[in-house]
Amino acid sequence: MDTISDCLGKRILIIDGAMGTMIQRHHLSESDYRGQRFKDWPTDLKGNNDLLSLTQPHIIQGIHKQYLEAGADIIETNTFNSQRISMADYHMEELAFEINVASARLAKEAAAQFTAANPDKPRFVAGAIGPMSKTLSLSPDVNNPGFRAVTFDEVATAYYEQIKGLVEGGVDLLLIETIFDTLNAKAAIYAIKSYFKDTGQKELPIMISGTITDASGRTLSGQTLEAFYVSVMHARPLSIGLNCALGAQDMRAHIEELSQICACYTSAYPNAGLPNAMGEYDEQPSETAHFIEEWAQKGFVNIVGGCCGTTPDHIRHIAESVKTIVPRPLPIVETALA
Amino acid sequence: MSDQTIIRPYLRLSGLEPLVVRPITNFLNIGERTNVTGSKKFARLIRENNYEEALSVARQQVESGAQILDINMDDALLDGEKAMVTYLNLLQAEPDIAKIPIMIDSSKFSIIEAGLKCVQGKCIVNSISLKEGEEKFIQQASICQRYGAAVIVMAFDEAGQADTMRRKVDISERAYKILTEQVGYDPQDIIFDLNVFAIATGIEEHNNYAVDFIEAIKEIKQKMPLTRISGGVSNLSFSFRGNETVREAMHSVFLYYAIKAGMDMGIVNAGQLMVYDEIEPTLRQLCEDVILNKDPLGTDKLLAFAETVKAKGKTEVKDEAWRNGAVEERLKHALVNGITDYIDQDTEEARQKYPKPLDVIEGPLMAGMDVVGDLFGSGKMFLPQVVKSARVMKKSVAVLTPYIEAEKEARRQLLAESGDSGDGAETGNGAAKILLATVKGDVHDIGKNIVGVVLGCNGYDIIDLGVMVPADKILETAKKEKVDIIGLSGLITPSLDEMVHVAREMKRQNFHVPLMIGGATTSRMHTAVKIAPEFDHGVVHVLDASRSVTVAGSLLNKDQKDGFLQNVKGEYQKLKTDFTNKRTVKQFLSYTDSLDNKVKIDWAKFNPVKPTFMGTKTFNGYDLAQVAEYIDWGPFFIAWELHGKFPQILSDAVVGVEATRLYNDAQGMLQQIIREKWLKPRAVLGFWPANSDGKDTIYVQTQEGEVKLECLRQQIKKAPGQPNISLCDYIAPSETGKQDYIGAFAVTIEGIEPHLKRFQDAHDDYNKITLQALADRLAEAFTELLHQRVRKEFWGYASEEHLSNEQLIKEEYLGIRPAPGYPACPDHTEKWKLFQMLNATKEAGITLTESLAMYPASSVSGWYFANPESKYFGIGKIEKDQVIDYAARKEMPVEEVERWLRPNLDYDA
Repeated sequence: MDTISDCLGKRILIIDGAMGTMIQRHHLSESDYRGQRFKDWPTDLKGNNDLLSLTQPHIIQGIHKQYLEAGADIIETNTFNSQRISMADYHMEELAFEINVASARLAKEAAAQFTAANPDKPRFVAGAIGPMSKTLSLSPDVNNPGFRAVTFDEVATAYYEQIKGLVEGGVDLLLIETIFDTLNAKAAIYAIKSYFKDTGQKELPIMISGTITDASGRTLSGQTLEAFYVSVMHARPLSIGLNCALGAQDMRAHIEELSQICACYTSAYPNAGLPNAMGEYDEQPSETAHFIEEWAQKGFVNIVGGCCGTTPDHIRHIAESVKTIVPRPLPIVETALA
Repeated sequence: MSDQTIIRPYLRLSGLEPLVVRPITNFLNIGERTNVTGSKKFARLIRENNYEEALSVARQQVESGAQILDINMDDALLDGEKAMVTYLNLLQAEPDIAKIPIMIDSSKFSIIEAGLKCVQGKCIVNSISLKEGEEKFIQQASICQRYGAAVIVMAFDEAGQADTMRRKVDISERAYKILTEQVGYDPQDIIFDLNVFAIATGIEEHNNYAVDFIEAIKEIKQKMPLTRISGGVSNLSFSFRGNETVREAMHSVFLYYAIKAGMDMGIVNAGQLMVYDEIEPTLRQLCEDVILNKDPLGTDKLLAFAETVKAKGKTEVKDEAWRNGAVEERLKHALVNGITDYIDQDTEEARQKYPKPLDVIEGPLMAGMDVVGDLFGSGKMFLPQVVKSARVMKKSVAVLTPYIEAEKEARRQLLAESGDSGDGAETGNGAAKILLATVKGDVHDIGKNIVGVVLGCNGYDIIDLGVMVPADKILETAKKEKVDIIGLSGLITPSLDEMVHVAREMKRQNFHVPLMIGGATTSRMHTAVKIAPEFDHGVVHVLDASRSVTVAGSLLNKDQKDGFLQNVKGEYQKLKTDFTNKRTVKQFLSYTDSLDNKVKIDWAKFNPVKPTFMGTKTFNGYDLAQVAEYIDWGPFFIAWELHGKFPQILSDAVVGVEATRLYNDAQGMLQQIIREKWLKPRAVLGFWPANSDGKDTIYVQTQEGEVKLECLRQQIKKAPGQPNISLCDYIAPSETGKQDYIGAFAVTIEGIEPHLKRFQDAHDDYNKITLQALADRLAEAFTELLHQRVRKEFWGYASEEHLSNEQLIKEEYLGIRPAPGYPACPDHTEKWKLFQMLNATKEAGITLTESLAMYPASSVSGWYFANPESKYFGIGKIEKDQVIDYAARKEMPVEEVERWLRPNLDYDA
C-alpha cells in the first residue's frame, strides 16, 4: 500500500476540517462532557473537547467518519490540548496520556475502516499537537518582560508524554499545529526527536503548521514567515504549512511565499473566513474551496483542508475542487554550490 | 505555474527575521560587545544586575550593523546559566534586537544548552570541539541539532588546539565527517573556527600562524565548500595591547587576506576597523610582512614603528573630529548638533578670546543660532532638535552671565563715582524683548514654553511670566521691561475671554506693541472675530511654534511691520465678514423642537447595570509602569510639532529619525520616572443612582442629597433621522421606572514641580518640555486605564471586554467619559458639581482655578456614561432660547452663562 510520501507525489492530499465546530453541533451539556466516569469531578468540564474521546467516543469517531466520508486523506486526532500543561486547567494532568491513546485509537479505527473499503485511497491519522496554554517566548507579565510562565523542559516533557500516547495509540504522523510561539514548537520537535531516539523506533513523519496572526505576516512571537521556517527546518518535516487565524483570502500571500522557500511539502488549512460579530464563521464551502483551488492551480500546495469553522461540507468541496490538479512539485534541493 | 523552485545549500539563521548567508554575502559582522570576557563594561553591567543597560549594549551593536549577536557569560563571578537565561529572555522582548540571530557563546556546554532553551530563532552554538573525544563531541552535537542550531567547531582535538595548517585542516575534516555522517548535520550548518593565534610575539614558531590560518581556509573551502569559516580576530595582535593604531591595522590587513581566502565571519569590533586602503602605507607594509611572514625581521620593525605611533590613541575619531576646529566652529557645531558635553570649556575658551563676555553671545553663539534658525526655517531641523540647541545656548549663556553681571557692576560703580545715575544705559544686548504669559485661570504652558524656546533661539530676549498671569501683571511688566511684543497663551475655552480682556485693557491703557495669540483653543477665526477688533495696534494668531518666528520677525522689522499688519488686518476683516454671513446659512431648531428630536432609546428593553459599589473610591498612587502601558503617543509627537501617526512616524521619511530620537529620549525619561517614582498618579471615581427628567436635567442621588446636572443639547438642524443629542439622553428618564446610574472621575499626575525646577535650573528646556508632555500623556493613560477598570470591574457593564491599546485609543469601548468644558458638555461650571460629588480636591489633590482649569496641569476629569448607545459628540452652536432655559435651570444670570459658553453661542452676546 502507498505510504503518505507516495500519495503526496501523486496528488494533493486533503486534511480534515474543524473538530470544535462539529462538536458544537451536538449542543453537549456539562453532564455530557462528564459522562459516567467524571460525574463527580471537582471542576467544570464543559469545553474540554479532548475529554470527549473518553466520555463520548462515538461522537468523536462519528465526526472522524464524516470527514473521511467527505474525502479527507488525513484526519487529526482529537488531542489539540491533550498535554498536561493545558489539561491542568481542568486538573486533568494525569489523564493527558490516556486521552492521547484513546483519541489515536478512535481515529485509527475509523481510518482503517475507510482504507479497507478502498485500498486505493489509504487514510492517515495525524496526531494533533497543539500550541498549549502557556508560551515560552512571551512574558505574561507586562512589567517583567524577562519572566516566563513555563520552562522549556516542562513544555518538552509535557509534549513527550503526549507524543508517547499518540504513538502508542497508533497514529501515522505527528502534526505540530497552530504554532504561534516557535519556541513551543521547537520544544515539541525536541520531544519528538528525543522520544524516537529513546525508544529506538523509526521516526514517524512530522507535519508542522504555523499561524500567522496578522497582516504584517508575523507569528504572535514576532517572527517573519521565513524566520519561522528557518527555525523549524531541523525537524526535517514531511511538510510545513499554515493554519488557523486567517481565512483563505488573507492567507494566500503567505502560502505563496512559503511555497517558494520551503524545501519539503507545503500544507494549508485556513479558517472558514474571519468570524463575524457573533464569533461564527460564514464562509460557504464553495467559497473556501474556490480560494484553495486557485492555490492548487498556482502550485502552492500539497496538503489542503480546513481549520476553525470548516465542516465536512467544506472538505468535500475542497477535495472535489483540487481532485485533478497536479500537486506542487518538491523543489530541487541542491547539495553543492552552483 | 512557475519553474521548479531551487533551494540552495546556504547557511540559514534566524532571529525574528531570517539571515541567509549566500556566497555573495559579505563578511558577517558578529557583535562582540555582549561578551563578558571581551567587554569590561558589559561584564560589570551583568555583575551589577543592570540588565537594562546591558540590553542597550546589544541595541548599539545592532544599530552599528552587527548581523549576529555573540553573547557570552563566562565569568568566574557569575552564575553563567542564570545570567544567560535572564539576558536572553529579556532580549526576546526587544524586537529591535531580537530581529537578528543569536550566537550562544560559552566554554561550558551547560550554559550553551540553557541558552538554546530560550531562543525561538535558529542560533549558532559557539562552540563544540573534539578536545574531549568523539563520544562527547557527538553527544553535544546531537543536542545542538535537536534545538536546531548551527555549530561552530573549534579546531581542537584530544591533542590540543590546532596551530599548523595541516592540523587545522585535518581536525576540521574529521569533525565534518562525524557531523555529516553520524550526527546528520547539514554541511551548511557547520562553521569552523580555525584559531587565530597571536603573531609577532618574538617567538619564532608563532611567525607563521596567520599564514597557517589563511592557507587552511583555502583547503577547507575546497574540500568542504558548504561550510563556513570564523575566528576571533583580536587574538592576532595580542602582543600589541595598548596600541590600538597598530592593532587595528593588523586586523584590517589580516581580514583582507583571510576574507579573500574565504573567511565568512569573525568576532571583531566592526566600529574599530580601518579601511585597508586607508592604512598608512608604511604601517600597512609592515603589517603585511608580519601577517604573511615575509620578513624575518618584520616583528622588530613593526615594534619599532609601534613606538612612534603609541602616543596617538585614537578613539572614535570620526565623531570627535569637530573638536579640532576653532572655538567658533566648535560652538557652532555644538549648537547645531545639540551637544552639551564640552559647552562649558568651549564657552570659557571663547570668553578668554573675546574682549567682552557679551561679544561671545553676540558673536559665535548668535552665529550658531542663526544656522539653527535657518535650518529650522527651511525644514531641515525639527522642533526637538531646536530645543536641544537651545539647551546648549542656555548652558553657554549661564557660563557667561556671572562675567556679564560683574562687568555691569563694575561699570555701575564707575558711573556712580562719576555721579551719573547710569539708568537707561543698561539696555542689555539690544535684542528685541518678547513677553509671554499663559492667561489668568489657565495652567497649561507646554506650547508657550516651546514658543519661548524657539523665539529665544532666534535671538529674542524672552520674558516668560509663567501661568495664571492676570492682565494687570502682564501689562505692568510689559511697560516696565519695554517689551516689543506681548504673547498670550491658553488651552481651555475660558482663556479666550481672558485674552479678549487683555486686548481691551491694552487699548484702554494705550499700548502700541503688537499682540500674539496662541494655544490649543485659540484659532484664527476667534482671533479675527473677537480679539482683533478690540485692539488697534496689531493682533496676530500664531498657529504653532514654528510660525512664531516668522510672525515675530515681521512684527519687529520696521520695514515689514506695517505692511504685515495691514495684510493680517485685511485677512481678519474678511474672516469676520464671512463668519457673520455664514452664520445665517446654518439652520437651527428651536430648543423645544430639538428636545422633541432627542436620541430615542427603547428603555423597556434596557436594563441598567448596577455598579459594584455606590459612592467614591480613591486611588492614592498607582503603579506607573502599568499606567504607562496605556499611553497614546500620538499627541506626544503633536506637542513637539512632529505630525504623523504613531508608530509609523518613527519610520517617516522626513521626520522619522528625529521622531525616533525623541521617542527614545522620552522612553528613557519614562523609565526613569517609573524607576525613581518622580510622579504619583492619583484619582477618585464614583458612581451614583441617577435618572433624567426626560429633557436635559440629570438627577443624581448622592449621600449628601440630590445633585442636578444640567446638560446642553445640539440645536443645529440635523439630517432626517439624526437626533439632536444631549448627554441627558443616555440616562433613563424617571418615568421609565428603571433605576439608572452615572459615574464621575478626576485623575491627576502629581509631583512634577521639583523635577521641572531641576531642569529649569539646568537650562534644560528639552527635558522640561518632554517631562511636561509625558505627565500629560500619563494623566490621559491613567484615565484610560481607570475607564477600562470601570467598564470591566467597578461598574462592570462590559466585563468581557478585550481591547488592545490601539482599540482603546480609537475609542472602540462601550460607554463614554465626556469631560466638562469639552465638546459634549462645553460648560466648565458643571465641574464644580463634579468636584463636589467626588470631593476631588481632597481625594485627588486637584484644585480648580477661577477659569475652572485644573491644577496640577496634567489632570483629567469627566463623567462616565454606560449606555451602549452613548457616543462622543459635540454640542456645536446653540441659540439664545436654550441659553435662557439653561440659565434658569442653573439659577445663573444669562450673562454669566453666555460668558462661559461664548465659543458655543450662535449669536453675539
